[in-house]
Amino acid sequence: MGYRLDFGWIPQYWPVLVSGIGVTIYLIAAGAAAGCLLGMVCAWTRALGPAWARPVVVAYVEMIRNTPFMVQLFFIFFGLPSLGLQMTELQAATLAMIVNLGAYSCEIIRAGIEVTPRGQFEAGASLAMSRFQTFRYVVLVPALQRIWPALSSQIVIVMLGSAVVSQIAAEDLSYAANFIQSRNFRAFETYIVSTLIYLLLAILLRQVLAWVGRALFPKRRSAR
Amino acid sequence: MIEFTFWDILRNLLLAARWTVLLSLVSFAGGSIVGLIVMFMRISPNKAVATIAKGYIELFQGTPLLMQLFLAFFGIALLGFTVPAWLATGLALILWTAAFLAEIWRGYVEAIAKGQWEASASLGMGRLQQMRYVILPQAMRIAVPPTVGFSVQVVKGTALTSIIGFVELTKAGTAVTNATFQPFLVYGLVALIYFALCWPLSKSSQILERKLNVAHKNH
Repeated sequence: MGYRLDFGWIPQYWPVLVSGIGVTIYLIAAGAAAGCLLGMVCAWTRALGPAWARPVVVAYVEMIRNTPFMVQLFFIFFGLPSLGLQMTELQAATLAMIVNLGAYSCEIIRAGIEVTPRGQFEAGASLAMSRFQTFRYVVLVPALQRIWPALSSQIVIVMLGSAVVSQIAAEDLSYAANFIQSRNFRAFETYIVSTLIYLLLAILLRQVLAWVGRALFPKRRSAR
Repeated sequence: MIEFTFWDILRNLLLAARWTVLLSLVSFAGGSIVGLIVMFMRISPNKAVATIAKGYIELFQGTPLLMQLFLAFFGIALLGFTVPAWLATGLALILWTAAFLAEIWRGYVEAIAKGQWEASASLGMGRLQQMRYVILPQAMRIAVPPTVGFSVQVVKGTALTSIIGFVELTKAGTAVTNATFQPFLVYGLVALIYFALCWPLSKSSQILERKLNVAHKNH
């Protein structure tokens, strides 16, 4: 009983794969940008925001970090319409990515903010900076610089997790793989190819994030 | 049409959650054993062995768990066995867990001072003995908090197994939704059950870490 691996289907289905890759890249780009922004706002709220808002952020972060991404996705896509919030698959997937990464990045950024020496806040205040200015210029940037590696690997993890969005029929790379294997009946080969593409995307994404880190935070000897 | 009470829904979800718990335990136990072996290989002085372990870790950390599950499911089938879903999921989850645990533990083993290795070598200990009696007891102590923290990822990872047909909490949630047409309630409950499983683990990881930090403050 010999099984011959067959990759002859690749040229025929290549466009499907490419469009799937496009959607996966879009998801992680939108998710990372908006998710990190959300994370920054939440981190600010937790560290310096109004007292009433802090428990809300804590509840949000803990709830997201302790439930599977897929359940969050199903809740958003299947559950929210009963509240009148109808979304397309892609919108639901994007929202789930943002909400998920927002919670993780909040926790990571907060860790960076917490180790900021107290004196930095006071120094900012003594230069007549407002609380927001102090946060923006004195606290946030060094904090982000400090936690950039952790944030980068979290973004890669979320990108890999995004494979699940195919379950609500958002047409990403894993959806493309499911589609192709249902046509060519070469499930194993199809998943090998898509897995390798994911690996390549992960390696590329790591490079891009390292590059963004270098661009955002040029080496400053005095930083720390 | 059959009416489902709140209790019907909750009971069915809780019954399915047993499988989530069992699968998590199996994955974590199996992943620890394989992970320990991979970690040993990763820090081996033999370059080839270390490279293989590194490749293994890169591969499993750099690809989606979902794809690994599919490959396990269809890959074993290619060898001519009919695979029950629990076997494929168990295997994939164990291998995935092992990759992460190996990398976490490596960091802590390498954090042990070099002098400890040299001291134990000077006592004529072999590499395994050094590991068993000198390095691991120290490394494992400081590695407990992140290991407990990672167990949360394992519990959450089991949710993906519903996709290849293993009936656990998420799959049950889908089935119950299809019967009751109450996705908001059902997926809300599913999320709460996951939260009840994961949150104590997250919290104890944090507490353990704080304790350890206090213990290490004065040196």
